[in-house]
This record gives sequence, C-alpha cells and structure tokens, in this order.
Amino acid sequence: MPLLEIRGLSTDIRLSRSTVHALDEVSLTVEAGETLGLVGESGSGKTMTALSIERLLPSGGDIVGGEIWFDGVDLAAASEQSMRSIRGGDIGMIFQDPMTSLNPVQTIGEQVGEPLVLHRGMSGSAVHTAVRDMFELVGLPSTERSLNTYPHQMSGGQRQRVMIAMALICEPKLLIADEPTTALDVTVQKQILELIDRLRVERNMAMILVTHDLGVIAGRADRVSVMYAGKIAEMASTTTLFAWPRHRYTEALFEALPERAAGTGMELYSIPGLPPDLVSPPPACRFAPRCRFAIDRCRTIVPDMEAVPDDSLTEPGSVQEFACFVPCTGPLLSADELVARHELDARPVDVADRAWVAPTTEVPEDGVTLLRTEDLVKDFPVTAGAITRRRVGAISAVAGVSISIGRGQTLGLVGESGCGKTTLGRLVVGLEKPSSGSVLFRGRRVQMLRGAEAREGRRNIQFMFQDSYASLDPRMRVRSVLREPLEIQHVGNSRDRNKRVDELLDAVGLPRSAAERYPHEFSGGQRQRIGLARALALQPALIVADEPVSALDVSIQAQVLNLMKELQRDRELAYLFISHDLSVVRYLSDMIAVMYLGKLVEIGPAADVYARPQHHYTRGLIDTIPIADPAAERAKARLGVRGELPSAMNPPSGCRFRTRCPAAQEICARIEPPLQVGGGGIRPHPLPTSSGPASHLVACHFPLNTEAVVHKTGRKGS
Amino acid sequence: MTFSINPAESPDDSDMNVSNPLHPGEPGELAEVIALPTGLPVGKPRSMFQLGVEVFVQNRLAIVGVVVLVLAIAFCFLGPLVYPTDQVNVNLAIVDLPPGPGHPLGTDAAGYDQLGRMMVGGQTSLVVGFAAAAIATVIGTLWGAIAGFFGGVIDGFMMRIVDAILSIPILFLLLFLVTIVQPSVPVMIFVLGLTAWLIPARLVRGESLTIRVREYVQAVTVMGGSSWRSVLRHIMPNVIGTVIVNATFQVADAILLVAYLGYLGLGIAPPATDWGGMLSDGTQNLFTNYWWLIYPPGLAIIIVVVAVNLVGDGLRDSVEVRLQRR
Repeated sequence: MPLLEIRGLSTDIRLSRSTVHALDEVSLTVEAGETLGLVGESGSGKTMTALSIERLLPSGGDIVGGEIWFDGVDLAAASEQSMRSIRGGDIGMIFQDPMTSLNPVQTIGEQVGEPLVLHRGMSGSAVHTAVRDMFELVGLPSTERSLNTYPHQMSGGQRQRVMIAMALICEPKLLIADEPTTALDVTVQKQILELIDRLRVERNMAMILVTHDLGVIAGRADRVSVMYAGKIAEMASTTTLFAWPRHRYTEALFEALPERAAGTGMELYSIPGLPPDLVSPPPACRFAPRCRFAIDRCRTIVPDMEAVPDDSLTEPGSVQEFACFVPCTGPLLSADELVARHELDARPVDVADRAWVAPTTEVPEDGVTLLRTEDLVKDFPVTAGAITRRRVGAISAVAGVSISIGRGQTLGLVGESGCGKTTLGRLVVGLEKPSSGSVLFRGRRVQMLRGAEAREGRRNIQFMFQDSYASLDPRMRVRSVLREPLEIQHVGNSRDRNKRVDELLDAVGLPRSAAERYPHEFSGGQRQRIGLARALALQPALIVADEPVSALDVSIQAQVLNLMKELQRDRELAYLFISHDLSVVRYLSDMIAVMYLGKLVEIGPAADVYARPQHHYTRGLIDTIPIADPAAERAKARLGVRGELPSAMNPPSGCRFRTRCPAAQEICARIEPPLQVGGGGIRPHPLPTSSGPASHLVACHFPLNTEAVVHKTGRKGS
Repeated sequence: MTFSINPAESPDDSDMNVSNPLHPGEPGELAEVIALPTGLPVGKPRSMFQLGVEVFVQNRLAIVGVVVLVLAIAFCFLGPLVYPTDQVNVNLAIVDLPPGPGHPLGTDAAGYDQLGRMMVGGQTSLVVGFAAAAIATVIGTLWGAIAGFFGGVIDGFMMRIVDAILSIPILFLLLFLVTIVQPSVPVMIFVLGLTAWLIPARLVRGESLTIRVREYVQAVTVMGGSSWRSVLRHIMPNVIGTVIVNATFQVADAILLVAYLGYLGLGIAPPATDWGGMLSDGTQNLFTNYWWLIYPPGLAIIIVVVAVNLVGDGLRDSVEVRLQRR
C-alpha cells in the first residue's frame, strides 16, 4: 500500500463573487521512501495540492471531493484535532521563504524544538539534546550560541536549514517541500537540495518536491507529476518523462527551456497565451487553447488518463500516464538534432526594413566600441549613528570592472546575488555615480555630459527592470507610460507620439488597444513587454536588462526572450543582460562575463566560457545550475560551489574567491590575480594577444585547463 | 516556427496551416505558433476614477455615509429655508419648553427653538470641520512633500518642527489660543487648521520617501527626466490617494475638536453656536430631564463623525483599486 494515495481530489477556493476550481480530480500516489516531483507553472495547482494534503488551505478554500489516504487515515475527512497531530508530526513541510516562515522574536533553538514539545510531549533537556543533534544533521553549528540566535542573524541558506531541521525533528514519514530553494541563490540551492536528499535517504522518508524548475526535479525526483491548470497532465518516472514526454504540455515546457537552444541562435518554443482562469476553466482538455496540436476532440471531450508501460523499469509494472489525445509520437530531440533542423529553416535577417530606426540614435559602423567601462569602482559607505553618520566602512559592490560591448552584441553578466552585477548595470545607465573609473559611450565619458547634452545622452542607454510591476507607475495608462520618454526628450508632437506608441505596442506584440489600459490589468509577461516597449521608445543603442525574466514562468520567459532576440536582430540593439541564470544568459549572449564579489573573474565568448570555463568559480556555477536532464544532473551531483558568499564589507585579500575555491593556495591570499588570457600570476611582460575583443580572459592563479565540462543539454531517446 | 509580431489581427486558425518544424513528420493540421499573449484584459477600458467609483459604490457602508452626510448638509443649510426660526433674539417667555406643537424639539434656556438651533449650530460645525480639514491637508501635504522630496538636512529640520509641535497636547494648545483670541468661525478654522496639519505632513512625507525610490521613478531618471517631473507626474498622483483619505478623517477630527471646545465653553460666542456648545448648554440641565437639549446635538455629532469615517474607509478601498483583481 502506498504511503500517500490521493484519489480524485478537488479543491475550490471561494472568492467574494466567484469560485476558483484550484484542483480538479487530482490523483497521485507516493510510496514510502520515494520522491515525487510535482512540477507546473504558477497557478497550476501544485502548491494547492500540497496545502490540501496538510489541510492548510487559504481562507475560502475547501476540499470538495476526493480522498487523501495517508498511512491508513483519510486526511480529507479527518478531524481538525487529528490533523494537528499529523502536521509537523507525521508530515513535515518546508516552505519557500524561510524568512517569513520563521518567527522573528523566537530563537531558532526554541522554534526547532517546538514540534517535539507539541507532538512528542518532550521537555527540558531532552528537547535541547534533540535540537542540538538535529542542528548537527542539517549542517548548522550545534553550539549553545547558535541555538540562541534569531532568524534575522542568519543567512538565507542557514534559515532554510533551520526550516528543514524543524520539519524533520519529529521524524516525519512524508516531507512536503514547497519550492524549498526558489528564494535562494543557485550555489546555496544545490547545497540545500543535497541536504534534503541525504536526510531523506538516511531516514527513509517519502518526499513531495513541489517546484517550477525542471532542473531541480531532474536530479532529485524518482517520479514526476506534471500539473496544468489544476489537473495532472502527465505522470511518469523521471528518466522516462525527460526522455519521452507524452503530453503536449510537457513537451512544450521542455522546448521552452533556454538551455536546449543555447548556442544555436534559434528561437525558443514559447507556449502562446496564458494559463486559463480557473474560475471557468476550458471545458475539455485545459491545455487545448494553447496547444499547437489540438484537434476538435481536445476541445470537446475531457481526455482520460491513458497508461503505457514505463520502459525505464524502475519497478516492474510501472506505467507512464498522460491525459492527451494527441500524445508525442517520439522522444524529445537532442540539442544536436535541433541545431541540424534549425539550419534547414534559418530565417534570413531582414536588414532592408530600417525606416523605423530614427537617424538620431543610429550608431555608425565605424569600429568605435559602443560601451566601455574602465576600472569602474562603486563603494557604498556603511555609516553608524543616526545623527553623526560616522563612516565605519564600505561595501565594495563593484571593484575595478572593465567591460566592453559592441554594436548589436549581447554581454551576459552572471554571478550570485550580492556579486555586484546589478550595481554595475545601474552604473552603466547612470542610476548610480561611480566612486572612481568611468563609463564611456562611444568613447565619450557619460558622467562628463551636462545639461541638454546629458539628457540627450540618456537616450542611448535604457534600462529594463526586473520587477515589471514596480517599474510601471500604477496610476498611468500604458499610453502615458510609453509617451513619457518621448515627452521628456521632446520627440515629435503629440500625434507623432501617439503613432509611436502604436508602433511600440506592435513591436512588442501587444494589441494597440492595450494603450488605454492600466499596468495592473496585464499579466507579468505582458507587463514585461510594456517595460521593453518603454525601453525601446527612445531607440537606444544599448538596453541594460536586469533579470528581466527571472520572475516569469518558463513558457512566458521564452516569449520575452524570443522577443528580445527578435528586436535585437531587427534594430541592432546591444544588451547588457544581467541574470543569475546561466542557461538564460547562455541562450541570449555573445559574450559572458562572470562576476564574483565585485570583481570580474572571467570574460569571454559565450560558447567558450560555457564549454571551457577557466575560473573555478565559473566552473562551479555551471556545475551548480540544475539542468533538465536526469543523467547530466546525476553525473555532476558532487560538483559545484560550496559555502556562501562572504561579506562585501571586508572582502578576502588577494583573490576574492579563494575562501571557497578548491584550488586555493597561499599565493591566492597574497596576490590578486590579474584578468588576462590564460590566467596565472602577474607577468612582467603581458602577452600581446590579450587585447582582442573576443578573447577569453580569466583572473586566476591556477586556471582550469581547457577541458570540456560535464554537461549535456541534449537528451537522447531511451 | 515563425515569430509573428503582428497583433493587429487576432490569431485565426483557418489561415495558419504551417507545419511544425520540430516535428515535421507528424500528422494533423498544426496551428502556427504565435507569441501573441492572449488573456489580455477584456471589456471596455476604464479610468482609475471609474474603477474607484465602482469599488466605492460596492461598499454599502460608505454609501450610507455619503447619504447621511448629504442629509446632514441639507438639514443644516437648506433646513432654515423650510423651517425659519428666530435664532438672534432671546425670548424668555418660552424658555425650556418640551417638544410640542410649534417647537418640534422644544426650546432651550434662552428661548431659541431647538430644531432651528440644531441647524444653525450644525452649519458652524460642518463649515469649521470641512474648512479646517482643507487647510490642514493643504499645509500638511506641502510640508510633507517638500520634506520627503528633498530629504537630508531639509527633511530633518522640517520633521523636527513637526515632532516638536506634536509633543504639545493639541487640546492644551487650542485652549491657550482661544483664550487669547475671541473665537469666531474664521478664527476657529484657522486655529484648528494650524494644529491639525501635522498628521498629514508626516503621512505624506513617509509616502513620498517610499515612492521616491520606486522603480518607476528611477525609470524617469534613466529617460533623462528632471526630478520635478518625478515629483509632479509620479509622486504626487500616487500620494494623492492617501491624502484624500486622510482628509476625510481630518474632517471628523475637526468636527470633534469644535465640539470639545464648544463643550468646554470656549467655542463660538452666542448667539451663534455649534453642536458642541449646544451640548454644553444642555448638560447644565442634565438632572432636570430636559433631554431635548442633550440628545439631538450629541447624536448629531456622533452620526456625522461616523458617516465621515465610513466615507473615508470607502475612499481608502477605492483609491487602492489597483491592488484588486478585476
């Protein structure tokens, strides 16, 4: 008998005037000791499933049908009292944001021990000892002092460890991890996932891993359920699902992943449209309105779960189940096959149609570098005292960074949060003033411009914000939002501006009627399009895009990435693309620059940096990023960057990465390695070849030799 | 697949018979994949104001508040036209009459008709309340906005002044002022307005501090816009909602303050009066069963203040209309 069996679970959420059918006839099973991955886009019902099991539904939420059998008890019908003993006792839960899930006024020792007091009736020293043992298990210092710290004194990764300790202290049979690492940095994410995995095996726990990230699922889950619009679309063992998905939605999800098309220059498949509104979901197959294979039957009949034998043979008799009338007939194509296909139907770039590009900002092809930064430094002073504002130190956000971006090029900037990549972007657009160094646009120092010239100069570099909601004035219609840059720069008269608004909306794929709407009426992806349209309004030569897709779902992300690429091709735009997600950066960039704690550690052509990283940090990052390929994920299970980012207030001497570097030696602490071709220490006579625009530079005393990294983005059919 | 950016026409399956490049061998009529975001907002575009009105209208209590306020205003200002009474000459022949024919609410200790006096007193209370709130809101908004926009030393200096005045009990300050100057309607408005602006000043300053660092204000800088543009086009419109809501609460507070002063006998000089002053006169007869001198002004104050607060609550919801899913 499975540990958890959900049969036909339906959950509704009553709103003031409508009812959201969040879950519709969801059935799944979890065996003891097994990890079930639950994937889907936001709003697909994956979190709602987790909350239904715990019966922790939001207000207005109700289980309206079905059974949840856990260990011989039907949780859907259990009394509130018995649920209380199950929550935190037999079923542990880890939430997404450890900051809001921990009580800020209680020490972490007390909070971790609380379930023991509640569920096991333990007290005093017994709790104390158990908590200390648990701390040791999850990799937190088990000293008296660390038990008495408060959540705000810890880093995000440590807080998530506390959450795990809390969830596991009563030795639950089932652990529900709801996006456990989404709020964390990739390097920390890997460590946390490993920890959860190790503890799960040690304690023979079953786990439901809820996530939107196919890469996370690939390395961790035994079986996967794909959810869409409150229904299970497909269920199979991980290997089978990643090799040969049957449901068209699963297939589309894979095709939208940027890592699949990385380096091919081809467009991503983007699922058109948005997930349906669950107040009145589509009558038949819920994916039909967005599906490119939908036939009449899909729009009229609800597809039943079909089963085919699962040939990965994890267990005899296991099946792959899917609810689709037009399932995929063959395994997913590998990356190489995709490239071959792409060459067949490559679309010629249309250079003739340039009328749109106004002469004011057209960049002549004269070989002058579009944008250069020279030894850019930004320190943020740290002050103490409310009135005196004594300067007690400085956070070194950007420390001597020199980059250059050519016309029509994309430079991808990657690094963990806190590495200074956003600050660099803000320096480039002039939102921050550099402490020293300069930003040169076509050879002219941007800071030196004054008055009207400065205003004019602003036109050339525009910024695309991460949070599309916060970056659009909520009280302005889209028309005013898009007209504003034109008004500021006194471009044209009122009629010209309105015409330009129409053109901009066309360009980003929004209907012209969108101009009369307010930003809140749009979805995240649509708002990001408006943000892009605003950045384009002044026909800049360079757009600095700060994590423009990190808040979006995979399918929507693909839409925006495609659009950015398309616009670049048509207008010779250059991008400074800032992201923590290497696969997105890899997809879009010509050059990749890797930053660590304010320093540029490696820069080079995208394919080269990705395939043959020379800095240990770059290599670690590449190994750390989860890839939607089970085989590759297992192959690099033991690799990656360890530890957490040190404070930028007192950065390590010499090479800033040395504290986390596997190859660090004594010289790394003494001498800072220069950024040069082939790395190494300071040379008396630098190599003459290092000035080429496309050369691969690295700042490391002991660079990695140029062997290829273990990663394959392509999946071969099974 | 082709990336179409021609959203003028909506995707129509019939004219899209393009094979799928990823699975070219597969059967079936395949729709061209268009990256056109569907699920766009439907219905007629409505302005912020229209949306706000919609939300406001759905709030029944707010509507009750509006109706009560309108009735109160009509009662005070139009009532005397329908029901004229002598509110100037003392008539000792008809002192303290209980409600009866000719005097529906009786008469007071000076022989004034109580119902007529409610109207006259209400005029004072409402005029002083609304006008004082208006003055307080204007001064407070400007003060807070300037402090918030410029920040730094200016902000510190201006807000310390506010803190200093706030540390003096308002009632004490009012008592002090009205003992120096003879209270009249303009004086009351002036005095109340000058003491009530502190709260909106703090509120607006806090709001503009947070809005100043919002990304859409930063975006103006990136586009090359001046800081005045940020202030006028972005910060002001986003603060104004808070200001309007606060203004309604200021009205309620001012009506109450007028009542306090009137009750303490420091209100408007007779024969003019206000509801607080009437209540004060009435309490002298607390033990003589002249209930018609106490309940009408007391209830009027309570009802009007509650109504203003209800309207304020409704307004708060409707200015936050963008947070609602619709």
